[in-house]
Amino acid sequence: MKIEIRPSAYDPWQEVADFQAAANKLSPGSYGACAVFVGTMRDFNEGDEVRSMVLEHYPEMTVGQLQELAHNAMVSHGLIDILILHRVGEIHPNDPIVLVAAWSAHRSEAFNACREMMEILKSKATFWKKEKLVSGERWVGKNTPA
Amino acid sequence: MQIKVKFFASLREQMGTDGQIVESSGPLSISGVWQLVTDYSPPENLLCSRNLKYVDWEESVEDGDEVAFFPPVTGG
Repeated sequence: MKIEIRPSAYDPWQEVADFQAAANKLSPGSYGACAVFVGTMRDFNEGDEVRSMVLEHYPEMTVGQLQELAHNAMVSHGLIDILILHRVGEIHPNDPIVLVAAWSAHRSEAFNACREMMEILKSKATFWKKEKLVSGERWVGKNTPA
Repeated sequence: MQIKVKFFASLREQMGTDGQIVESSGPLSISGVWQLVTDYSPPENLLCSRNLKYVDWEESVEDGDEVAFFPPVTGG
């Protein structure tokens, strides 16, 4: 299981490939499904063009929250392994924000765990977004519902 | 007792600081901590944590605790 907060840009697909190649529990043939969710930054929100965004977090709380939600998903869905990455700092449109990947023996566990972890992360994890618009800045007030 | 208070995101900007230390000689709740740091009523959707866990405003605090106040989260 790997959980990291990233202060700089990353390639989610390379991260998945690298993690899969290096993880002891993910030897070839040891899993039958991998579900991956990648959240990227849009260049629009609430009818406005968004130029960039700053992601702030509560470091000590966030890491514990991500570890807990991943641990719970491992147990409740019987997963083989999990990879979670989340950006902080200044990001731009199309930059990956979050990566959640779940490996399991069959598809339903991976699909369900990936969705469940994302919804918990969106509703509980202590991150905040501040958008830079064409004119001015604003804090994002709430996440879109599931 | 001493409580370490932190503010995040829009609240940090409104407070003009990312945190402060508050002191109290008697029992204190999260609401009581808020009242020690500002005269304003907390916004309806403001969230709070004690020692890195979400808590209710009625939760009691103890010496050395870390209490944080912040707006709804928007990660992911």
